[in-house]
Amino acid sequence: MIAMARSSTLKTVLPGALALGLTAFVSPGLAQAADAIAGEAQSAPLNWSAIVMFLAFVGGTMGITYWASQRTRSAKDFYTAGGGITGFQNGLAIAGDYMSAASFLGISGLVYLSGFDGLIYSIGFLVGWPIILFLVAEQLRNLGKYTFADVASYRLRQTPIRSLAATGSLATVTLYLIAQMVGSGKLIQLLFGLDYTAAVILVGVLMVMYVTFGGMLATTWVQIIKAVLLLSGATFMAVMVLAATGFSFETLFETAVDVHANSEAIMAPGGLVSDPISAISLGIALMFGTAGLPHILMRFFTVADAREARKSVFYATGFIGYFYILTFIIGFGAIVLVSTNPEFRDAAGALIGGSNMAAVHLAQAVGGDIFLGFISAVAFATILAVVAGLTLAGASAVSHDLYASVIKRGQVDEAQEVRVSKIATVTLGVVAIGLGILFEQQNIAFMVGLAFAIAASANFPVLFLSMFWKKLTTRGAFIGGGMGLASAVLLVILGPIVWVDILGFETAVFPYKYPALFSVTLAFAATWFFSVTDKSATAQAEEKAYRAQFIRSQTGLGAEGAAEH
Amino acid sequence: MSAEAYDRIDDNPKFHALVTSRRRFAWILSIAMLGIYYAFIMVIAFVPEVLAVPIAAGSVVTIGLPIGVAIIVTAIALTGVYVYRANGEFDRKTAEILKEAA
Repeated sequence: MIAMARSSTLKTVLPGALALGLTAFVSPGLAQAADAIAGEAQSAPLNWSAIVMFLAFVGGTMGITYWASQRTRSAKDFYTAGGGITGFQNGLAIAGDYMSAASFLGISGLVYLSGFDGLIYSIGFLVGWPIILFLVAEQLRNLGKYTFADVASYRLRQTPIRSLAATGSLATVTLYLIAQMVGSGKLIQLLFGLDYTAAVILVGVLMVMYVTFGGMLATTWVQIIKAVLLLSGATFMAVMVLAATGFSFETLFETAVDVHANSEAIMAPGGLVSDPISAISLGIALMFGTAGLPHILMRFFTVADAREARKSVFYATGFIGYFYILTFIIGFGAIVLVSTNPEFRDAAGALIGGSNMAAVHLAQAVGGDIFLGFISAVAFATILAVVAGLTLAGASAVSHDLYASVIKRGQVDEAQEVRVSKIATVTLGVVAIGLGILFEQQNIAFMVGLAFAIAASANFPVLFLSMFWKKLTTRGAFIGGGMGLASAVLLVILGPIVWVDILGFETAVFPYKYPALFSVTLAFAATWFFSVTDKSATAQAEEKAYRAQFIRSQTGLGAEGAAEH
Repeated sequence: MSAEAYDRIDDNPKFHALVTSRRRFAWILSIAMLGIYYAFIMVIAFVPEVLAVPIAAGSVVTIGLPIGVAIIVTAIALTGVYVYRANGEFDRKTAEILKEAA
């Protein structure tokens, strides 16, 4: 009975974070709530304190964009902010890039609904970071210039490998962008009472302005400011929750167990992770997917050297981990302070706006209308920071990998490359707005899951093997990465979320929601096979070129330095 | 950045010793992180009741909670350990090797 009641609540409450993509990973209940996305997000009345604070954020970031535009001249400035970002700043920016509105509203909403299970997801999203540090970060910094394709194609043939990497990047970025756009439209509708289409256009226009005028420097500072605002807002809420329970965790959890419908079950794993294949597959997608996200990898080129790159991951992991602990307290705080307050519930007893609004309602409960406005503005800022990073990564794949390296074969002047990058940014912005509007009523829950799966299956294996395996050849990388990409897409389409929930077939051809275990394995196996069987002269030359690449990757000899300013 | 510099580095036993010890360190930490995470996930998939045990008689707090938080803290701590050694010992050795190759 309780289970039934829970799943019906899930189906009615989802709009916001479903679209923001968390759900792609979340529970069978959440992911199957395909039709929830089609439900109308009810508009809130105009929220003035939120609007004023949001305008202050936009005004401030536009000022920064103007300042950044004065300092962004060369291609290096545009792609990497001149390489002069410090490890600490980059750590904050990475955290700002990674902590999406889905992590904030979605995970605290999940904790609100089912308690402990929210923590399981937080941990999944965090553990990829140490792996990135140990295996990827410093070599990436030592070998690359602007995009991860620089590293993947370091000693391989430019045209096929750059094309593959750019395809993987654009697929990842576009899927992620659509999910963010649709999510932001619904969220803004809910928070600010702004029309969906207007909200999507506003987000698209702002992100294009940050990126075209301010490049990486503006994007970085938007992400840093957003991270600071989000971390301070979340800290304030967590402290207020603890203050309300006399700074005793025991009291907090006891009260939560008392008032929650599921009682003690919220303190233990609740079946969100059930079969081991799905659990492992999800783990692989989160871990290797994080290490294959182009907008995240790109951040490592904004620092001066490997030393700062390592520091950035340490700070980022610290901030992200701290943030997830806060969302856990916030979720429990919402159980205690929001679920018990009739003001936040509709006639049927469900949370107004859905469980993803738990943190937003809690903001009002602990800090009144002004703080509610602050948190709403922060949620908006969060979306802007994430989409700006995505757009810049997508534009770089077009201008640096496709245009400069594939089409012009490296014979291109910087000014022209940056111009192409700006055109690509505007184009991506238009596409993102268009698809965001087009997908308003569609089930986009699978998109972030697919983005992570592609990043893990196409981008990561090629990048990883190019750094660690001497015998990798162009043929192996191209076929293996291509098969990873194709199989990830195919298995998601044939899987339960698209095949059954969207296309309406009876049973899924591929039984698992997360393809990563299979597609990543296939990508590695195919890359290995087509590399070791490659006996061509280029393959031998590529193996020989590994020595110099290896020495550079390990010592930083000849690595890109910071720009002189 | 001449070809000779690469040769000198490649001929320097210190370089290979550094690479070996850094790689071993990185893999040990990676395997530790992966092991902890997958052990946690497998417990949840197969024996979730283990995590539902209260930390003390009469308490609603389960051992799953401190364990979950400990995994987050461990992830942060492991990155700290790696950065401490890599930015200290490993970078010092790298600088020596580069100096000898110049």
